[in-house]
Amino acid sequence: MIKFILNGEEVTSNANPNERLLDVLRNEFRLTGAKCGCKEGECGACSVILDEKLVNSCMVAMGSIEGSTVMTIEGYSKTDRFTVLENAYAAVSAVQCGFCIPGMMLASERILAENPNPTEEDIRRGISGNLCRCTGYNAIVEAIGIAAKEGKGLW
Amino acid sequence: MEAISKSVKKMDHDAKVSGQALYVDDIIMDDMLYGKMLRSTKAKARIKNITLPNISAGYFVVDKNDVPGENKIHVVEEDMPVFPVDTVEYVGDPILMVVGPDKKEIGKILSEIVVDYEELEPVFDVRKSDVSFFHYNYAKGDVDKAFEEADRIITETFETGHQEQAYLETNGLIAYPHDGRMTVRGSMQCPYYVFGAVAKAIGYDKKDIQIIQDVTGGGFGGKEDYPSILACQLAVAAIKANKPVKYVFDRREDIEFTSKRHPSICTYKAAIKNGRVTGMDIDVTYNSGAYTTLTNVVLQRGIIGASGVYNITNLRVTGDAKKTNTVPNGAMRGFGAPQTFFAIEMMMLHIAKELGVDSLKFKEQHMVKQGDATSTSGQFHFHVPLPEMIERADQLSDFRKKRELYKNQTGRYRKGIGISLVYHGCGFTGSGERDFIKAVARLKKNADDTVEILISITDMGQGAKTTFSKIVADTLGISIDKVIFANPDTDRVPDSGPTVASRSLMVVGQLIKRAAEKLKVQWKSGEEQMIEEHYVHPDFLIPFDINTFHGDAYPTYSWSVNVIELEVDTLTATTNVLGAWGVYDVGTPLDLNILHGQMQGGFLQSIGYASMEQINYNEKGIIRNNSFSDYIIPTSMDVPNMVTDIIEVPYIEGPYGAKGAGELPNVGPAPAYIDALENALENRINHIPYTQEDTMKYLQEVAK
Repeated sequence: MIKFILNGEEVTSNANPNERLLDVLRNEFRLTGAKCGCKEGECGACSVILDEKLVNSCMVAMGSIEGSTVMTIEGYSKTDRFTVLENAYAAVSAVQCGFCIPGMMLASERILAENPNPTEEDIRRGISGNLCRCTGYNAIVEAIGIAAKEGKGLW
Repeated sequence: MEAISKSVKKMDHDAKVSGQALYVDDIIMDDMLYGKMLRSTKAKARIKNITLPNISAGYFVVDKNDVPGENKIHVVEEDMPVFPVDTVEYVGDPILMVVGPDKKEIGKILSEIVVDYEELEPVFDVRKSDVSFFHYNYAKGDVDKAFEEADRIITETFETGHQEQAYLETNGLIAYPHDGRMTVRGSMQCPYYVFGAVAKAIGYDKKDIQIIQDVTGGGFGGKEDYPSILACQLAVAAIKANKPVKYVFDRREDIEFTSKRHPSICTYKAAIKNGRVTGMDIDVTYNSGAYTTLTNVVLQRGIIGASGVYNITNLRVTGDAKKTNTVPNGAMRGFGAPQTFFAIEMMMLHIAKELGVDSLKFKEQHMVKQGDATSTSGQFHFHVPLPEMIERADQLSDFRKKRELYKNQTGRYRKGIGISLVYHGCGFTGSGERDFIKAVARLKKNADDTVEILISITDMGQGAKTTFSKIVADTLGISIDKVIFANPDTDRVPDSGPTVASRSLMVVGQLIKRAAEKLKVQWKSGEEQMIEEHYVHPDFLIPFDINTFHGDAYPTYSWSVNVIELEVDTLTATTNVLGAWGVYDVGTPLDLNILHGQMQGGFLQSIGYASMEQINYNEKGIIRNNSFSDYIIPTSMDVPNMVTDIIEVPYIEGPYGAKGAGELPNVGPAPAYIDALENALENRINHIPYTQEDTMKYLQEVAK
């Protein structure tokens, strides 16, 4: 039994310690917002926030998260910060195929949480572990910059 | 700016941004089984025997003996079997599928199957292939005379590599039998392509086939032909299991075994007289891989574009698609054009260098203009905006000044700037729309006065749901939230053709515009109404003959000028892109945000194509770069300064004046990148990708 906090609620999982957090989130908890794009920690589509750090959940073993706090897009999408960010993404049409977007939103959150006034360079570095094949990244970078301005005080 | 160009919130935004959108891997059905292929480990072999282990109850092996219809996958030709009969033609050929409830057990069964092969001699090098799947040629003017009278002849060969589409969502589908019917759903660009292929493979009446597109995580051509292949295999498995069967590829399987952009070898011979190109003799060879998939159509577009944006009056072009024992290649954004446009842009650049003249001026002297003949003796019927696009690109990038500035550099860091001029023919090649596709589109008005768009065009991220909805809302003068555009389901939508070839908005969008105009006139509030529109071929076209390659291959063209500036560190051989500027004419933009997003995404893909995206085989024909660790695609750090700009030349036959857009940004950046690299390194480059390793090799050679 592995106990952890998932989107603000204490949960237990019967998963083996060597199972991937991504698989457990998707299969056991039916939280499918985290996507599997490569299963080797390269693409960032499975990004979640683990104890205030952005991680590739495909690279996290269940045995390592006892007592930890995990936030997925399903939990994050209920926050005020999400609303500011998603409005910014909408304003510049930063969402194309959408497969990278749940991970990208959580990466955006971590950028702003660590630095509410990021430079463009900070933003680009902050999402550099999240691959997007559709947008060329400009719109996503712009959206995070807009959210930083619009969400003053939230981060 | 036209009112329609103003951006709106995308129709699919909310579901995607919140993680609620369901992609095929997010769908679980009752009693669903999973499938996984046993793939050939040999590039060419006869299968002598297959030994199966004891297989536990609830697990199945599905192979050629289970195909109830014809063991053929209908793409264009039908040379690819659903499951191979007795020979395998590439590493990865799907010999059989193991199906069952638990993926780990499936993996165990797969590992215990023994295949006894009789190995045959494979062909990996396209130059050594003696099987030409397709051979085309065409000519105009008097090429021989041009070469006889030339005061100089320049010949050069150019090569381009594979490119993997690298959509973030891998290929995946679910097939399920029910009530005597077969449904296949999942990630795809072209529901009716899948529909036709599945009907043939399982031998069902077409009324008993249903294909549904789910939210699709990118396509870029990689979900044009491949879903037909996987759907046939899965439908066969689902019949045998009599249960739903899901198969979502892992990344390595997707990179190694699904279709990619064709590698090419193009030899250009140019006749020069008085400083002008008077003739060209061009030989184009595409590596098809083991089966044909979409290769003939890809090659047609490639050879039609072989002379680029230049008016070459004496022209001879030969094209071959050769078989090799490698993964079959298919569609990727640009569809055969990026290969020849790379070659012609490099050829014009190198001729200018040989002649000692300014390369942009040299290109401008040869550029086509309205009224000129096309390569296939059709006509550029409309304004060609290249001159003003070059000026705009120059204003944005300071190209001309920097080009001069970057001559004769010394020191560790060296800058370069390059330019390319390209077009993309909009829509299907030739008379395909009229003779094969025959698109149908419907608008259904409901009793509550909402209006539903019924077409087979898919939104795979490019924004079709939004742009089509805008056309309907604007034409009818209703709010966009009264317009419904659900994912296509062949039970509900007519065949409006595939979502390919930069045709969706220009061709099907125009049908929807006409339908909306009719509905507006006939509108009866509170009543159900249905309007149906059929494709009408533009009447200004010079008929195109695919046998002689004569006539208008495309009704109109989108144009692009690309400038790339970079800096090479001659110690480490790393290249940083300092700036990238793209100027585009795609007619009237139907949504500026969406258009810029398309152009920027394509721009970056193409810089990847030129610089880092590489597929290599080992001596057994196994792809070495089969993961995102080895097949590198650009990140947010690679091209920080990318600027896209729009020039509008509205097209009379497109909705609001729109032309094709989606593929255009993938055609031009590669030669602009290489031009810039040559500017920095003062060398001659004739292949892509030109990677850091290539730069290092070159630098080491000059150091000797």
